[in-house]
Amino acid sequence: MNGNVFSKLIVYLFLILGVLVFITPFIYMVMTTFINGAYSLPKPQEVFTAVPNLENYEIVWNKNSFFRYFLNSLLVAGVATIGSVFLGALTAYAFVRFTFPGKELLFRIFLFTMMIPLVLAIVPQFTVIKNLGLVNTYWGLWLLYIGGGVVGSTFFLRGFFETVPKELEESILMDGGGNWTIFRRIYLPLSKPALGTMAIFSFSGTWDEYFVALTIIKDEAMRTLPIALMMFQGKYASNWSWIFAASLIAILPVIIIYIIFQKKFVQSGHSEGAVKG
Amino acid sequence: MDPNLNHNDSDVILSTKKPFSERFKKGAKQWLDVSPFLLIGLAGASIFVIYPLIKGIVMSFQDYNIIPGAESPFVGLENYKKAFSDPAFAYAVRNTFLNTVVTVPINWFLGLFFAVLINIQFVKYKITFRTLYYLPIITSWIVVAFLFRYLFADGEDGLINFLLVNLGLVDEPISWLQNQWTAMIVIWLFHIWKTVGWTVVIYLAALQGIPKNLYEAAAIDGASGIKAFRFVTIPMLRPITAFVIINLIMGAFNFFPQVYFITNGGPMGQTEVLQSMIYKQAFSNFNFGYSSALGVMMGLTIFLITLTQQKKLSNQKFM
Repeated sequence: MNGNVFSKLIVYLFLILGVLVFITPFIYMVMTTFINGAYSLPKPQEVFTAVPNLENYEIVWNKNSFFRYFLNSLLVAGVATIGSVFLGALTAYAFVRFTFPGKELLFRIFLFTMMIPLVLAIVPQFTVIKNLGLVNTYWGLWLLYIGGGVVGSTFFLRGFFETVPKELEESILMDGGGNWTIFRRIYLPLSKPALGTMAIFSFSGTWDEYFVALTIIKDEAMRTLPIALMMFQGKYASNWSWIFAASLIAILPVIIIYIIFQKKFVQSGHSEGAVKG
Repeated sequence: MDPNLNHNDSDVILSTKKPFSERFKKGAKQWLDVSPFLLIGLAGASIFVIYPLIKGIVMSFQDYNIIPGAESPFVGLENYKKAFSDPAFAYAVRNTFLNTVVTVPINWFLGLFFAVLINIQFVKYKITFRTLYYLPIITSWIVVAFLFRYLFADGEDGLINFLLVNLGLVDEPISWLQNQWTAMIVIWLFHIWKTVGWTVVIYLAALQGIPKNLYEAAAIDGASGIKAFRFVTIPMLRPITAFVIINLIMGAFNFFPQVYFITNGGPMGQTEVLQSMIYKQAFSNFNFGYSSALGVMMGLTIFLITLTQQKKLSNQKFM
């Protein structure tokens, strides 16, 4: 065993201090949602003595068609995730398994765009969607999320696809299978952890996306959760119990997915790049 | 970098000897093979990333008008000149610079520090620690912004003020978001709290990737504990450190939700950053040309800062 009792104590002390810094705000937020009828900033004493109940969650869920926005976000993020993972896998496969003229150049252009902040592109992206007549449609959002994110997802998946042994292809080729069969039977199954990780990044990125959704979606009934949350906060500015009840409902899906899958997480350098919106 | 390197070499040798028509045919055949997999992605990237970036650069030289059919005359460097006489731009540049200088070292140090602690052999519940440290990363920016505005609320009922007053650290509750510098501190704390988990997770993965026998060899040479850390761990982490620093710098330059949701640039535009200014100039003030010029300048700056590290990044095996 390394280290004596004293140094162990110091290490754990720091680690637990870190946990407290990260977790206390969450606990404080959850406790706040248990206060009923808070129309102004609650006192810390009130927050710490609040009795757990779900009343505020019920109120919020039935208010301002919150449920509708929840479904909207589920649809937007769900389709964007499936699209991003599929397109990312296709493109990464093209770069990893094929040789073609201009590949090197194309690869460099892709890499280059990842170094440039995409705010520069947000206005022209909007005009492209406008010219396609897709303002105020989910198609507009999906195209921007999937198309705008394809470079990041390609880079992310490429790293994993490169580790797939080439020898595995031979048996498929001998059975008369082609490029699609190799993609479906070898690359996709062997990269499941990477695809799963990408799906989670992609889902949480689009679930939380605010600025693109704000510029593309104008119709109130079509808004997504982040926008609904901001409007909700604007309307009930000082009712912190309601605001946090709504917030917790909004982050719950992502937290649940994360906790279930976090052991299978593969480390990635592109948590930001997976979905550049 | 190229997985088909061996394969490629023989191709190159062969193809240089062949006449153009045959090489063309071969290239066309290769494109035909790859196109079902490549074309959609290529189209997506071209239409929604590459074209908009180029168009953004062009727009920065125009007095751009979004109404269809309306004139968008070229105005040369007018948009760029405008920036340098705009006091809001001065604030945005200063704050973007400060955000980087303040948060990058702190984020880097805390990330490495906690990753090293979690990685120590005797520490149990490694995955639990990692999960908890990573929790803020997966939480929505908007929700965390609400949370920070709540924690740093004015008056003695805000939790932070409550703690500070009761511990006797300050006499009066602080009006955090009403003053420039206290608002900046809240923005920095918000950013660090929200993102440090990323650095922890990346370093943790890198630490776990260092071969054990290096430490054994070091131990035989009489280096253990701090010495082993200095002579084994730090050199082994160097490539990852380059990668982490680039990402932290880009993250600090890309401050946007941090400011937009916490202060929205206030008080009086004193906490504004480049990104929030770019966004507002475009979508609130409809100054698309000016907004693009700001974007180009910011993009160029990031590009130059990270230029030296880019080669390392493009050869990065660590994903």
